[in-house]
Amino acid sequence: MTKVASRLPDILKRHDAAILKEWVNEQLSVSRPEAMKESALREHAQRFFGLFRDAVQSGELGDVSGPAWAAVREMLGELSQSCTTLGYTPTETATFVLSLKQPLFTRLRQEVGRDAEALADETWAVTGLLDQLGLYTTEVFLKGREDLIRRQQQDMMELSTPVVQLWDNVLALPLIGTLDSARTQIVMENLLHKIVETGAAIAIIDITGVPTVDTLVAQHLLKTVAAARLMGADCIISGIRPQIAQTIVHLGVELANVVTKATLADAFQIALQKTGASIGKATAR
Amino acid sequence: MATAVSAEEMRPLGSSEDVVVVRQVVRALAVKLGFSLVDQTKMVTAASELARNTVDYGGGGTVRLQTITDGKRIGLRLTFEDKGPGIEDLALALKDGYTSGGGLGLGLGGAKRLSNEFEIVSRPGEGTRVSIARWR
Amino acid sequence: MDRIPILRMSEFLLVTIQVDMHDRLAMALQEDLTDQIVRHRSHGVLIDISTLEVVDSFIGRMIGNIAGMSRILDAETVVVGMRPAVAITLVELGLSLPGVRTALDVDKGMQLLRTSLHGTSNGAS
Ligand SMILES: Nc1ncnc2c1ncn2[C@@H]1O[C@H](COP(=O)(O)OP(=O)(O)OP(=O)(O)O)[C@@H](O)[C@H]1O
Ligand SMILES: [Mg+2]
Repeated sequence: MTKVASRLPDILKRHDAAILKEWVNEQLSVSRPEAMKESALREHAQRFFGLFRDAVQSGELGDVSGPAWAAVREMLGELSQSCTTLGYTPTETATFVLSLKQPLFTRLRQEVGRDAEALADETWAVTGLLDQLGLYTTEVFLKGREDLIRRQQQDMMELSTPVVQLWDNVLALPLIGTLDSARTQIVMENLLHKIVETGAAIAIIDITGVPTVDTLVAQHLLKTVAAARLMGADCIISGIRPQIAQTIVHLGVELANVVTKATLADAFQIALQKTGASIGKATAR
Repeated sequence: MATAVSAEEMRPLGSSEDVVVVRQVVRALAVKLGFSLVDQTKMVTAASELARNTVDYGGGGTVRLQTITDGKRIGLRLTFEDKGPGIEDLALALKDGYTSGGGLGLGLGGAKRLSNEFEIVSRPGEGTRVSIARWR
Repeated sequence: MDRIPILRMSEFLLVTIQVDMHDRLAMALQEDLTDQIVRHRSHGVLIDISTLEVVDSFIGRMIGNIAGMSRILDAETVVVGMRPAVAITLVELGLSLPGVRTALDVDKGMQLLRTSLHGTSNGAS
């Protein structure tokens, strides 16, 4: 329907420089995102406008999810993403797109002003089109934010569980606080990477600071021990308090193949013996 | 919300070389979808198990690779299908350690543990279809 | 047909698996390796899988078989360099490679073999 009727493609083609100028000026005067520099704004506006103009030529004005609009979407996606990292609000990003309405309306009024019905149709089409694009920036923006938050969460988890090198060949992972399944998984993966990085022969997982252990967490612990063994490192679990020992037994989790020690100090001693034994032999001949 | 398929492709599974190709295709897809390294590895390994079963026991078949979404999450679904002899006793076949072909008997159970969703349909004399999915 | 090369390193054999192996290649490796153990009277085999991005039950079984056959021929097998993601996946798969020794890298694997063969980690070469 709009495909035949709209004069927008024609108008954009004939007045593109003028419309772009009006649009940029309008943004500079009113709704410029705080952090967006004038030069950056001009550059974004120019790029967006060019892509927008070309996409409009396809005649596909009712739906921006098609291939004709791929380049526009991609550009907006990039813009929203960079806005996320620069700290713009979603409103600011969307306003960038929506502010194009005004100059377009002005042109439409000049070109089809006499025909009220046509003007209404055209205005409706332009509004619909820019709203869709504006909404799209918001969606991408929110997704960008979510990703950012997730990444920060992960960073924080890694920070809160530092793997420390106790000695040549000996790592320790003192776990503190409640372990849920997701955290345990990240922590354990982290430990395995540290083992590769440092070439440690033994890793001590100390759970003195962990109030409770449920089945899933216990299983993750054991899987980590098994994975470390496949990689060529031994694990010792230390600091299993009586209460946790009971839970583990109740849960029926098999701890038979895992070396456990009451305290980190005990575990460290064993670790030194194990690594020291081979060093001792090597040097003593 | 119902799961929607956003992209899909088919691959033949006729030989051990095809299994290698499927591993590579699954890896590339999982990377593209942004799976973590561990999740990529889990999915590729599960795919390898099921692809080999299709070739070894099913007499060859196909795998359909689908990118899926439930509105919130994005995921990867793999469906292995053959028109081979089928499996008489599914419960037995799924049991770790059971093998009729000198394997370790870990393929089916392992693929189930390595994925978030697992479905198997098999009719003796008609064939077998195994489908797994993993969300990012 | 291509084959996976087997290197001699002092008294040991070293196999570095680099390609995504299809099944026939894996079978050929098993045969070649047993041949070489006998020919060179090797007492240790190092299988370096540090470049492997996937290990499935088939490769797992092959490694187990190599270890088993080597043991019969009086050689010990050490698997070295398994990546964390692969290790995590293998555990989930249910494969723990019982009876196979492991080490973080080739050097540590050699030390391990020397210690267990000579009771010292810097045995004469
Ligand atoms: N597509 C199939 N068609 C017919 N039978 C099958 C199929 N897939 C699996 N099976 C049967 O189920 C059994 C168990 O399969 P599973 O993959 O768990 O173990 P496996 O292939 O025997 O050994 P592994 O995979 O550990 O090397 C097989 O031995 C086979 O009898
Ligand atoms: Mg199998």
